[in-house]
Amino acid sequence: MAIIEVDSIVKRYEDHTAVDGVSLHVEPGEIFGILGPNGAGKTTTVESIAGLRVPDEGRISVAGLDPVRQRRELRRILGVQLQESKLPERLRVAEAMELYGSFYPEPADWRELLDMLNLSAKAKTAYGKLSGGQQQRLSIALALVGRPRIAILDELTTGLDPQARRDTWDLVERVRDTGVTIVLVTHFMDEAERLCDRIAVIDSGKVVAIDTPGGLTARVDGGQRVRFRPSAPIDDAELLRLPEVTDVTHHGTQIVVSGDGELLHAVTSLLARHRIVAADLRIEQADLDDAFVALTGRSLRD
Amino acid sequence: MSTFLKITAVEARLFCRDRAALILSLVLPVAILVVLGAIPMLRTPDENFGGMRFIDYFVPSLLVISIAMLGLSTLPSIITTYRERGVLRRMSATPVHPAMLLGAQLVVNIAAALASALLLMGVGAIGFDIAMPRHIGGFVLTFLLGITAVFAIGLIVAATAKTTRSANGLSSVLFMVTMFLSGVYLPRFMLPDAVNRIGDFTPPGVQGLLDTWNGQAPEPLPLVVMAVVALGALALSARLFRWE
Repeated sequence: MAIIEVDSIVKRYEDHTAVDGVSLHVEPGEIFGILGPNGAGKTTTVESIAGLRVPDEGRISVAGLDPVRQRRELRRILGVQLQESKLPERLRVAEAMELYGSFYPEPADWRELLDMLNLSAKAKTAYGKLSGGQQQRLSIALALVGRPRIAILDELTTGLDPQARRDTWDLVERVRDTGVTIVLVTHFMDEAERLCDRIAVIDSGKVVAIDTPGGLTARVDGGQRVRFRPSAPIDDAELLRLPEVTDVTHHGTQIVVSGDGELLHAVTSLLARHRIVAADLRIEQADLDDAFVALTGRSLRD
Repeated sequence: MSTFLKITAVEARLFCRDRAALILSLVLPVAILVVLGAIPMLRTPDENFGGMRFIDYFVPSLLVISIAMLGLSTLPSIITTYRERGVLRRMSATPVHPAMLLGAQLVVNIAAALASALLLMGVGAIGFDIAMPRHIGGFVLTFLLGITAVFAIGLIVAATAKTTRSANGLSSVLFMVTMFLSGVYLPRFMLPDAVNRIGDFTPPGVQGLLDTWNGQAPEPLPLVVMAVVALGALALSARLFRWE
């Protein structure tokens, strides 16, 4: 049975509809990604799940609780890492962890959490003296200090350097391994691809698709591309006669052959028969970004 | 230890870490007293004050400095900062209601106002032979009602200001009006009677502090006004409070 059920929620603000009929189910123990461009309604959706916003329409159930009417009960089992929520400048890391831990019936050992997040050396440092990445990691630690069954992480690695991002991903996987269900809001493709079991793609307040990362990319036509520079000219028609090939394009001296199945084998065999050497040979597969473009008609990268 | 006490203890620690604000609100009134007390003329009984010395007459106004500073400036500024930085929002994502944080701030700032008053009275008694308030019950009542009214007005500022900047703007106007009407800028014997009468009813009610200090029972009407202002402002700020 799903641990989070969101059923056709709508949230309107004065001038626009932020969430327009979003439905999704999250299974216990999974890392569920909510992916979409800025302003797509991701944050409003998860804040409604956390009971921080009240949707105008629709129904939400989290672990059998109503996020609005059973706020208190929900908060004991839900950890939230919010965007743009800071702490008082002079509050020290250890004080914050101790205080926030005391809000929960069975808090985690905050020293262990700080260890996991590489913050132990900063335990006595004031919040205002932490770097952006350290503040972000403390924010994650605070979301986990109550030993939640469900953790909502909103833009978790924004502002982290590459190493810290990878460390944070490892941490999220370790947390999931302890049985915590995780809802991850992100606009990073690599993050979603690496971490999520399933992803809901949200655009303009609507769910465009819900699938596994593999399932999403499989929806994209032209699953593979072989790109190379031939040592001698080759006839496009001959490439197109191969059953695996669907398209051939030229980029300067490079040829890009799109297709599926055993595309690489078919193309290199043909080249071998003509004694043509393929220089700079690369294989490209459609990734989540291609899937996103196909689903929403635009790229997340811009 | 209960959650509220824990939060209060943390907020108290944060309060003490802000050295500049701490010194300003606790020590400034004492420093002014010491400076004025060093002037022999102000230590001489004077007809203007019914045979009292100026420093005796002026101590209640000095009390108002800390009350106004803490209640109208420090408290609203901290609370609006907490809202602006998302501190309240973060707490509202935990099982604890962010109202606890407001309560803790109220307790800490009221405690600081009391500490400042005790410090002032202590230094006044030891250094300048200023007597303790003689109508002690009336003084405590006037003082507590006055503090509550001032802090409740500060809470309205905190409840409604959109940004810390606008809170600070509004606070400083209220602060200056309070200081003026309480005779801090110009001693009250130099102010017109009408202004002084308004001052009697302006929180925290400096005339009541002076009267009870001199052993008179407090005038009931200003006390009632303080109580009404306190309750009304508390109710209004609770109604208007924006958590984000």
